[in-house]
Amino acid sequence: MALPEKTRLEAREIIARYPQPRSALLPMLHLVQSEEGYVSPEGIALCAEELNLTKAEVGAVATFYTMYRRRPAGEYHVGICTNTLCAVLGGDAIMATVKDQLGIGHNETTEDGKISLEHVECNAACDYAPVVMVNWEFYDNQTPTSTRELVDACRAGSPPPPTRGPSSLCTFKQASRVLAGFNDGRANEGLQAGPPTLLGLEIAKQRGDDAPAYPTNQDA
Amino acid sequence: MLTPVLSRHWDDADSFTIDGYSRHGGYTALPKALAMDPDALIQLVKDSGLRGRGGAGFPTGMKWGFIPQGPDGQGAKPHYLVVNADESEPGTCKDTPFMMANPHALVEGVAIASYAIRASFAVIYVRGEIVHVIRRLQQAVADAYTAGHLGKDIGGTGYDLDVVVHAGSGAYICGEETALLDSLEGFRGQPRLRPPFPATHGLYASPTVVNNVESIASVPSIVLGGAAWFQGMGTEKSKGYTLYSLSGHVSNPGQFEAPLGITLRQLLDLSGGMREGHELKFWTPGGSSTPLLTAEHLDVPLDYEGVAAAGSMLGTKALQCFDETTCVVRAVLRWTEFYAHESCGKCTPCREGTYWMVQVLQRLEAGTGTEEDIATLLDTCDNIFGRSFCALGDGATSPIVSGVQYFRDEFVAHITGKGCPFDPVASTVFAGALA
Repeated sequence: MALPEKTRLEAREIIARYPQPRSALLPMLHLVQSEEGYVSPEGIALCAEELNLTKAEVGAVATFYTMYRRRPAGEYHVGICTNTLCAVLGGDAIMATVKDQLGIGHNETTEDGKISLEHVECNAACDYAPVVMVNWEFYDNQTPTSTRELVDACRAGSPPPPTRGPSSLCTFKQASRVLAGFNDGRANEGLQAGPPTLLGLEIAKQRGDDAPAYPTNQDA
Repeated sequence: MLTPVLSRHWDDADSFTIDGYSRHGGYTALPKALAMDPDALIQLVKDSGLRGRGGAGFPTGMKWGFIPQGPDGQGAKPHYLVVNADESEPGTCKDTPFMMANPHALVEGVAIASYAIRASFAVIYVRGEIVHVIRRLQQAVADAYTAGHLGKDIGGTGYDLDVVVHAGSGAYICGEETALLDSLEGFRGQPRLRPPFPATHGLYASPTVVNNVESIASVPSIVLGGAAWFQGMGTEKSKGYTLYSLSGHVSNPGQFEAPLGITLRQLLDLSGGMREGHELKFWTPGGSSTPLLTAEHLDVPLDYEGVAAAGSMLGTKALQCFDETTCVVRAVLRWTEFYAHESCGKCTPCREGTYWMVQVLQRLEAGTGTEEDIATLLDTCDNIFGRSFCALGDGATSPIVSGVQYFRDEFVAHITGKGCPFDPVASTVFAGALA
């Protein structure tokens, strides 16, 4: 499907952010996904035209990065961490449960286009393991049961809010727009930090531990 | 014992906003820095002893000092600051909650560091899989522009700085600084041959500093507290405070900000120890690329020298703790699958070696391996280590070599017992609920 003219103008907006145009390529590919749900042939052509590259050059970059999808993602893209720590703590069991629930495997999408599934590598939330991401928002401390319910809610179109994230879940396309560098104005939603993030600070306060105060009269 | 500086106000509900940050002295380091000579600022960071918090521990001020200045040669080209926020090392989970809770500390650090190295364009390269963190960074940068902390003529000093938040797209290799630069230039993220180093030929072949999030975010407090204050924490060669991330089979996982040199035993004592009824079997001091340690290393000082003396590396201070229910062969296989998946393919030893080691480990885990397979693994590691452009290949050998070193019997048990002797359910967090 042809991309709207708006997308081309937004691509140029991205290019204008950088000292050299080609630096815009990764965010532009996120922009393509925000329209198409994947890196479509039309999207590759648009990036190539705007950056004076060949389609092969754009395709070579797009295929290097796992976040760029070659087939449409589901409206809700479910990523289950199966790197060692999450896998051991329950990620493997969660992945098996969801595969069974949806009848699809890694990098596949349900027939109705609602859910795509991926096993992801470490997503930098090991103190909240096992971790599940939906559209790259955190669903912390999951179990097979809680993830099964989460996936059912996504299928029904009423996902719960992320554990640490905005007050409601975006679609895959909406999230891709943020990745393209377009602020959706939702940064102020949600918690500043979850309990594990604050644990050390809390213990320090209980113990009366603190860093030394800044010296009042110092020679820098 | 704990020294919250960076995390000091994370318990304010609005800690991530410009108001929340400014309420506690945020953005007071910037005018102080802008009143200083840039070289004096570089000297201050050198004097503080701050070392890179992204894993390698290279002195931050020295990195800044390598940037050629002056009107000739490379010095005449534009200078760039690139923040490595591509946090992806397995087990590492400090920069992500940091940027979610207080992106402004990073933004203020970016402004100060850019001024010091005389850059007028800076990029925060953040991994793409953490959308809410990216929102917070975008908003923080926008609010800093509005407040006059970024943009044209900052604080009336005539200094201009533009900052872009750039989302990556899912590639562990882009945490390697030269691969990150290639990625930022719009190419496949593959490491470059060095020299030349980024300090002279980095982004767009211009002088570039690449620093970790925590390193840059530590700079405002160094400007405010001074080098001696910062040196007052930590050990002889590892100065200051840092974030330790405790995860795995512990009663209470989380982030702990402490002086460099604290031990895992102290952190476990503070936080409630391993989960009830279980004991520590093995752990990583700084992510999966740092060789495994065991319960005999509980008192190793967690600073750069202490962990190196114990045969590992401080890395990212990602303390992943596993108890006796965990199969070390399974853990090592999974990490090896990760490295095979993330190997960029540029260097043959890493690309081919990781691929074959996965197969050998798979048959060992399945109980169809032989003792010769263990020797093959070690031999392959020997042929990967030190034979690739970047440290990914070296990192891939860490779990295998250390795993065999400490747990050879367990590898052998998979062979003689023709299968894995462990019950994977027992190591899950919901094991009790299923029992």
